[in-house]
Amino acid sequence: MSVSASAADITGAGSSFIAPVLSKWAEGYKAATNNVVNYQSVGSGAGIKQLLDKTIVFGASDKPMSDADLEKNGIAQFPMISGGIVVSYNVEGVKPGELVLDGKTLADIFLGKIAKWDDAAIKTLNPDVKLPSTPISVVYRADSSGTTFNFTDYLAKVSPEWKEKVGSNTAVEWPVGFGAKGSEGVSTTVNQTAGSISYVEYSYVIANHIGFAKMKNAAGKVIEPSLDTFKAAASNADWANAKNFNLIITNQPGDQSWPIAASTWVLLYKKPADPALNEEALKFFKWSYEHGQKDATALSYLAIPESVAAVVEKSWTKDFGAK
Amino acid sequence: MADATQTAGFQALDTSAVTRKFRIQDRIFYLMTLGSATLVVLLLLAIIVVLIIDALPTFQAFGFSFLWGTKWSAPADIYGAVPAVVGTLVSSFIAMLIAVPLGIGIAIFLTELCPGSLRRPISTAIELLAGIPSIIYGIVGLFILVPLMQTYILPFLMMTIGQVPLIGLLFQAPAPGVGLLTASLVLAIMILPFITAISRDVFSTVPPMLRESAYGTGMTTWEVARHILIPYTRRGLVGGIMLGLGRALGETMAVTFVIGSVSRLQSSIISPSTTISAQIANNFGDADGLQLSSLIALGLLLFVLSFCVLALARWMIGRGNAL
Repeated sequence: MSVSASAADITGAGSSFIAPVLSKWAEGYKAATNNVVNYQSVGSGAGIKQLLDKTIVFGASDKPMSDADLEKNGIAQFPMISGGIVVSYNVEGVKPGELVLDGKTLADIFLGKIAKWDDAAIKTLNPDVKLPSTPISVVYRADSSGTTFNFTDYLAKVSPEWKEKVGSNTAVEWPVGFGAKGSEGVSTTVNQTAGSISYVEYSYVIANHIGFAKMKNAAGKVIEPSLDTFKAAASNADWANAKNFNLIITNQPGDQSWPIAASTWVLLYKKPADPALNEEALKFFKWSYEHGQKDATALSYLAIPESVAAVVEKSWTKDFGAK
Repeated sequence: MADATQTAGFQALDTSAVTRKFRIQDRIFYLMTLGSATLVVLLLLAIIVVLIIDALPTFQAFGFSFLWGTKWSAPADIYGAVPAVVGTLVSSFIAMLIAVPLGIGIAIFLTELCPGSLRRPISTAIELLAGIPSIIYGIVGLFILVPLMQTYILPFLMMTIGQVPLIGLLFQAPAPGVGLLTASLVLAIMILPFITAISRDVFSTVPPMLRESAYGTGMTTWEVARHILIPYTRRGLVGGIMLGLGRALGETMAVTFVIGSVSRLQSSIISPSTTISAQIANNFGDADGLQLSSLIALGLLLFVLSFCVLALARWMIGRGNAL
């Protein structure tokens, strides 16, 4: 209740993807240091808007800010957590984890070019799975989201046709299928719609016991979604050479890299009106890198791997003049 | 005390002072009510001005082709209003088609036919419908109505009306359960209490003499409703219907859950679609630049649309008066 404690309150807003982890970290940080971090899960775009309006100390976004925008506004960004996006399905007779897909096939399904579950392309990838001859219902996130951003980024990387016709963004014009609201809505809809396929954050698949596919990654290996394969994707990405950490970690090299991995960035002013608050925020993030892995894992996310955290902390000296 | 002065000095009472006091009171009351009324107009004007200013970039970029554009793609930065406007109008229209006869029917039952002991419970039940938050309608719609539509109602409609030439086209599509018709059903239930309660209240304003004379001339209940109740209360009925329509046009949360969010123009009323408010709710958090401006332009369109509906209602009431 002292004045100095409330003066050090750090406020942030943005990505809902990072929200469960940040809240957990804020709890631990308060217990350890008595400093309060307030985070509002309002969506990445709204978080960036609030940061530009200077009503918060830090923003969090599932989509990195462009070099030009960072430069123009004097903002620096760094990745804070990563996680995985999983292809979920509800196909009669196909058990969770049984189906194998690759990027090209996935893109063709979401383009509407593959419309039945027993299509030759899916059969070739799954010679031992008995696939029914039922139509595929494509389900997507109706509300704009970082999940959609990373998923469509992956499809654009593996399919030139997707890149040209649809592109990637937090919301796109889907050629087929229909939308469900929020990750909850997507998992519910997949659960109750026979023949459906969608994409959702890994934690929702774990919580709702819905079918998830194995993926063939950039190295041509078939792998399962797990915190280990997400971590491989985040570690194998070339962060050290990515200007402003502007790197989307889908389709990364490495035998164990999960192809649809995602990360969330934290954004801060380089020269804020109140440098003390920035410094407090950086202390919180440093603490989170060091102590936050266990909390993140419990929620099916990853804190940024140690190797990447080292690169990030080095960047703070340059960007914020941090010690 | 006041009594004592009054009785003692009644003759001596300065009448001009009292009138002055009353006049000042009236003046203050007048100014207060005028202020409240003006405040509404000012607020409305302020909203219009803000909407127009923020929507300007869209009209500068697309001109009026925004109004007949059918594409909504964030990656390509191309926006058109048609699918959302059509979805809004069609879903509201179907909802009215269901709710108006149902609501007026219930009101006639309650005022003319209902046994006294049932009147109160039924009225309360209907009014409680109005108190349910729209997100509850959305969740119930998604978890209960959508599977019902998916497995029973839509296949039945496709097999029956769907086979009729011409009209059948409206009922043919891959129907995942979510869609325009499902949203319309939810909307119909949501606006039912408005229409019912207002109809019931205006029906009870019909003078008993008028009603009893009608029965006395040998009219059946149907004829009394058709020739006495409805013509006598037309203005009030239109008011109630318009209130319901206003809610149907702007309803967001419930619709967003069950409409399927497809921003393409659809030929069938059972396929997934979108509405203006669903489009805004889904994309507002992450939108910036031209997309944000286009969403605000959609909001402006909804505003204009609602205004036209209310103006139409005024005109109809006026016409009803002349008859």
